[in-house]
Amino acid sequence: MRILEVQDLYKSFGKTEVLKGVNFSMDEGEVISVIGSSGSGKTTLLRCINFLERADTGKILLDGEVLFDGDSDNKASAKEIRAKQLNFGLVFQDFNLFPQYNVLDNVMLAPTLLAKERPDFKENKKEITDEIRKNAEAILARVGLSDKLESYPCQLSGGQKQRVSIARALALRPRVLFFDEPTSALDPELTGEILKVIKQLAAEKITMVIVTHEIDFAKAVSDKIIFMSEGIVAEMGTPEEVIDNPKNERTKAFLSKMFE
Amino acid sequence: MSLFEGFYTNFIIFVLTLLMSLPLGLIISFGSRMKFKPIRWLTRTFVWIIRGTPLMLQLFVVMYAPGILFDIPIRSRMTAALIAFVINYAAYFSEIFRGGIDSISKGQYEACQVLGMTKAQAFFKVVLFQVVKRIVAPISNEVITLVKDTSLARVISVAEIIMCAERFTKQGLIWPLFSTGLYFLVFNGLLTIMFSSIEKKLDYFE
Repeated sequence: MRILEVQDLYKSFGKTEVLKGVNFSMDEGEVISVIGSSGSGKTTLLRCINFLERADTGKILLDGEVLFDGDSDNKASAKEIRAKQLNFGLVFQDFNLFPQYNVLDNVMLAPTLLAKERPDFKENKKEITDEIRKNAEAILARVGLSDKLESYPCQLSGGQKQRVSIARALALRPRVLFFDEPTSALDPELTGEILKVIKQLAAEKITMVIVTHEIDFAKAVSDKIIFMSEGIVAEMGTPEEVIDNPKNERTKAFLSKMFE
Repeated sequence: MSLFEGFYTNFIIFVLTLLMSLPLGLIISFGSRMKFKPIRWLTRTFVWIIRGTPLMLQLFVVMYAPGILFDIPIRSRMTAALIAFVINYAAYFSEIFRGGIDSISKGQYEACQVLGMTKAQAFFKVVLFQVVKRIVAPISNEVITLVKDTSLARVISVAEIIMCAERFTKQGLIWPLFSTGLYFLVFNGLLTIMFSSIEKKLDYFE
């Protein structure tokens, strides 16, 4: 089932054109890794799909329906975009955990605030809160943090922080989960635990898009690889096609640099 | 009037000023961070005027200007003093809040946004408490200054402690005037202890 489709996405910052017509689509349960040198537009693409930026033109479709159309929505306010936002989850490079909340509360905060908008929240406050807690605890168990529920972010290692932030995004059950260089802010010996969690999520058939510099990891975990260069998708295909037998000259140049 | 009664007046000015100027300062800080320029410039001009003129002068203006300009004299000197103090301190607090709010990373707001929070939820549930932690020290500075500034109310004849003590000097007694310092010292000592315990309580996160 086609879940996400990006059509002809353009985005400029002032005079700098960062996205120059990005096209790709993915099926439910698929894992796509986005690779490419810095400045190629990978992060901007993620930020546009997650509505942290508004693309200038182009469309984003979810389940075949237009979620965002640059022609009409490129000035949309955060308020107008909020409901659409919840279809996607985003894991940041530098975690952005909420420092004053413990691990469990970091995961529970957003679902709790959303639940408060339900008309039946007042009547069933206890049941709803219990359910949110149970769900949060289950997700934290999945990322291996059951023993850290009461810890505060400043007491955690980088890898643990990133696992909390993955759990926090999962708690809202996004249709597609995006990762923006999830291991780039980590010490090399800590990247393994994050990659393991992502692999496990892939096995659970969670639809994911991962911007990464870890080529070997991308190859191991992804169904498809997107190579971005100068604001467009220069090459897309299975890991065997893009990484082992690249056709595009720029892909070849990028990969040979990475494996130097 | 005894010194103790006089200091009670200082205490009331202090408490009421604090209760009103902190929330007002937060609102003013929103104004000075607005993207809408007219409001931003209006707010910043207001803060410039209030911070750029002496509090003593502001007390006179609040006390006498309404009567002279609009023929509605202020009946209660205490009310006039409170209005002047609240406006003055709100302006200072607003700048502290503004700095605190600006110091929170964009990533916190973005994390809130992708988690489906509204701007208000992001501010009140996530950002504000981090701001509070960062501004405890500058706020405590202002609060301690406020304790001492309350004695300025005497310029519009509000019977605060120094004004009470001055009456004793007319009877030839100078010591009561000196001993007012003890009241300020002890009270500020208590505040200092209170603020350092707040700082410790907020130490659990970074």
